[in-house]
Amino acid sequence: MAEYKRLATEQDFKENFKQKKPLMNETQAHYESSRCLFCYDAPCMDACPTGIDIPLFIKQIQTGNTVGAAKTIYDSNWMGNACGTICPTGILCEGACVYNNQDVAPLLIGRLQNYATMSVIESGKQLYSPGEENGKKVAIIGAGPAGIACACELRTLGYTVDIYEAKSLPSGLTVHGVAPYKITNEEVMAEMDYLQNQLGYTIKYNNAITSKAQLSELEANYSAIFIGVGLGVTATLNMTGENLNGVHGAVEFIEELRMKHSEIKIAHKVVVIGGGNTAMDAASGSARLGAEEVTLAYRGDKERMGAYGFEYDLAIGAGVKGLFNASPLEILGKENVEGIRFIKTVIVDGKLSTIVGSEFTVECDMVIKATGQAKQGTFLSLIDGLDLDNRTRIVVNVATNQTSNPMYFAGGDAINGGAEVVNGAYDGKLAANGIHEWLTQH
Amino acid sequence: MNKKDKIDLSVNFVGIKAPNPFWLASAPPTNTGYQIMKAFDAGWGGAVWKTLGMPTINVSSRYGSTNYRDTRMAGFSNIELISDRPLEDNLREMTEVKKHFPDHAVIASLMVDTREEWEDIIKQVEDAGADGIELNFGCPHGMCERGMGSAVGQEPEVLKTIVEWVMEAANIPVITKLSPNISHIIDPGLAAVQGKTDAISLINTVKSIVGIDLDSYAPYPVVDGKGTNGGYCGPAVKPIALHMLKDLMQHPEIKNTPMSGIGGIETWRDVVEFILLGATSVQVCTAVMHYGFGIVRELEAGLINFMEDKGYTTIYDFAGKALPNVTDWKHLNLKSEVKARINKDKCIGCDLCYISCDDGAHQAIALPTDGSRIPTIIEENCVGCNLCSLVCPVEDCITMEKFDDGKEHETWHELTESDRIPDTWNDDRAGGKGHWVPEPIEALKTKRKDKSGWKK
Ligand SMILES: Cc1cc2nc3c(=O)[nH]c(=O)nc-3n(C[C@H](O)[C@H](O)[C@H](O)COP(=O)(O)OP(=O)(O)OC[C@H]3O[C@@H](n4cnc5c(N)ncnc54)[C@H](O)[C@@H]3O)c2cc1C
Ligand SMILES: Cc1cc2nc3c(=O)[nH]c(=O)nc-3n(C[C@H](O)[C@H](O)[C@H](O)COP(=O)(O)O)c2cc1C
Ligand code: SF4
Ligand code: SF4
Ligand code: SF4
Repeated sequence: MAEYKRLATEQDFKENFKQKKPLMNETQAHYESSRCLFCYDAPCMDACPTGIDIPLFIKQIQTGNTVGAAKTIYDSNWMGNACGTICPTGILCEGACVYNNQDVAPLLIGRLQNYATMSVIESGKQLYSPGEENGKKVAIIGAGPAGIACACELRTLGYTVDIYEAKSLPSGLTVHGVAPYKITNEEVMAEMDYLQNQLGYTIKYNNAITSKAQLSELEANYSAIFIGVGLGVTATLNMTGENLNGVHGAVEFIEELRMKHSEIKIAHKVVVIGGGNTAMDAASGSARLGAEEVTLAYRGDKERMGAYGFEYDLAIGAGVKGLFNASPLEILGKENVEGIRFIKTVIVDGKLSTIVGSEFTVECDMVIKATGQAKQGTFLSLIDGLDLDNRTRIVVNVATNQTSNPMYFAGGDAINGGAEVVNGAYDGKLAANGIHEWLTQH
Repeated sequence: MNKKDKIDLSVNFVGIKAPNPFWLASAPPTNTGYQIMKAFDAGWGGAVWKTLGMPTINVSSRYGSTNYRDTRMAGFSNIELISDRPLEDNLREMTEVKKHFPDHAVIASLMVDTREEWEDIIKQVEDAGADGIELNFGCPHGMCERGMGSAVGQEPEVLKTIVEWVMEAANIPVITKLSPNISHIIDPGLAAVQGKTDAISLINTVKSIVGIDLDSYAPYPVVDGKGTNGGYCGPAVKPIALHMLKDLMQHPEIKNTPMSGIGGIETWRDVVEFILLGATSVQVCTAVMHYGFGIVRELEAGLINFMEDKGYTTIYDFAGKALPNVTDWKHLNLKSEVKARINKDKCIGCDLCYISCDDGAHQAIALPTDGSRIPTIIEENCVGCNLCSLVCPVEDCITMEKFDDGKEHETWHELTESDRIPDTWNDDRAGGKGHWVPEPIEALKTKRKDKSGWKK
């Protein structure tokens, strides 16, 4: 039973993918900001990966210095606006707000953050200008949150910055991956334009760096290189039927959804395989597109899922059904997908094992694999002397984000194996300062 | 480059130099060298040391507060005395602070009794390296019972004499701190100026009782079943401080004396307001006692943003800029007319504007008859008093709109001068002769019905 009707128009899209954290109005911002206690050594601030001075920016909103509030936010986090709406605030800043300790609702920090940042984005208020040109050039591979943050920071330090980006839009997964009910494409792009207009870095779109020759050229032309390539496409399951029509990778599915909106035709019965946040987004997305039946199939039990509780609740709220302890064996069908054969699982001594003879089939006409993104191993192996850990993550010095090849710095999903936009923003800024320190010493 | 770099917040207050106008008032936050160093490190530009004088004994407890709904310490009260730490310790720490922060302002607040004592303590704080002296004539409890503090602040002649003694003895700038516990602030202000003080600071705390304990029947803070009047400060006293500052700044013989503004300062807006009325440094106590030294971040960022917006580079560019606009009632334009307007799209239907106007003002708001809860202004009756717009909980929902064309100008002063004082009740702003009010009996007809339809 579908909770959402199928999309026909852009208006339908807007309704089904209504923003979860809409922009606050003045009255909301006034009341909400007046609740902040201005805690000493505030736990909310400590819980923000970029360490935004939260009590300060909330007080600035309260005293009518909204521009100052935006500055406080951007001083710590170049993705300040995107983070306000898409960060898992309940787990980060808002989860740490002291009000929780007396069961009083925590401050709506994320939305207050957007209130401040959107006001300067909309007015175009110039908060930053490039630092005095120092004659040095830095190349950045990937215009995701990490790459953009690194570019902004480097520009304030006076570097010339060229970003090489495989796709035709900036912000990486912020616009291509994050669920559409968390932020609109327009809002993401408005922040991207706002930053680029002030700081003036160059983004070379449709310019994937894929060969040794390209890398050598970058090495010859730039003083340092930042790797912000994120992760790759959805990993394969190595399972029969994976190539049938109607089998999609979750990341690719969400990207198409974000780019095409109501032009997407969703199937009737969708099964999403996986238990992480991406699986939740894919399942929610399918339901909101109007699929009659969406099943979220996870091989372990509910408690073992990697997804945040609130993401699961969002999916269930959209009409998704959970199917637990079901491990996929094969995808069925001739040309088009017709179903999935599962086997039941059970946890014995903390280990997942299958129950012999418990196979069963779920019919469907679409399968979304949300079983993780592949790593960028092939690309990364082209770089000389670049150490990776056993999970194909780039190894960096955490104080500077410098890699084992001193000319290269890295950040974001490429070093943490897949986290949040806010972590990418932190890494990019840190790496820029690492680059600055390294180039000043050499 | 950044515009911020062009802004210079530094001040030279009668020779006392500081990197910015944000100073700590003489109070518990300036009790020790430890606190003052921590404050300077956090960004404060100056500190007036907790008042030094003779040995004292304090009571326990010492503070009370006015909590307004969920706002703690909207007003704050204390019954504390001057420093209870040995003078030698304070002096030693003062020297150490100055060693670490030579460019920050360290001002010694003093309160003693005889001329010899004044001369002696001034010498000691000068030797310790103080940049200036502040005379505490304001403490409204305890010390006045020993003939000091506000006992002096309320006696202009005595105040003047002491200022004269001090001016003769001191080689560093002297600030006289005034008590607000007086009906006419000009009297002690003028006395201080006539005694040749270099500068004035105000206000000290206001005599008060913040509440009564309903079990012990004693005022807060309760000390073993009894209490006493305390000194009130914090956000609640700002209006009193602004008023007194303005009075001094408009007085021909006082206005050239630099003023350090104190009283209820917590945000950058408060700072700007004090500067607009002529203060060229500000002092803060309660806000720091509430939130710690960290609030200076908000003060500084906000002040800079304001200055950037208005194109000022130093605080002297706008100091006193509001003074010409503070005038006597008799000079206000009687022909100016505003009326309330409700933004129906923003209204949330609390009807507080209706009831405040109907019960508390001019019966100029009508309840809707269309089943909604959105009221309307009865323009003929609205006198433009502001009440509804102050009561309305929604930002910019009720605005006061100008109704006159700005061409006419007439003041009470002009009416008096030209012998045209009205002898009938014919105020246009109150609807003229025919100003409509409901008949008294209407009051009994508008009772609300309960759910059963019966009048309560
Ligand atoms: C489905 C999904 C939902 C998510 N939801 C959230 C959320 O709600 N909140 C949140 O905070 N985070 C969310 N995330 C995580 C977040 O999007 C990432 O952590 C973040 O975008 C990582 O930033 P990054 O800069 O490291 O990489 P990316 O955002 O992946 O950006 C990498 C960029 O590099 C480009 N690139 C890659 N290889 C090359 C190459 N060889 N040459 C040139 N360019 C290249 C890519 O095109 C891309 O633009 C989500 C992720 C996914 C997959
Ligand atoms: C607990 C307490 C102790 C104070 N002690 C002194 C003092 O020793 N000397 C003095 O000049 N003022 C003293 N004050 C007054 C403050 O310096 C200041 O004038 C007053 O609190 C108003 O500022 P505020 O509203 O920022 O608190 C004291 C105030 C408080 C709350
Ligand atoms: S923890 Fe909550 S109340 Fe405290 S400063 Fe942070 S947002 Fe404000
Ligand atoms: S006070 Fe404001 S919100 Fe309430 S009814 Fe009046 S106009 Fe509407
Ligand atoms: S301004 Fe005063 S008189 Fe006019 S409607 Fe509001 S409360 Fe009534």
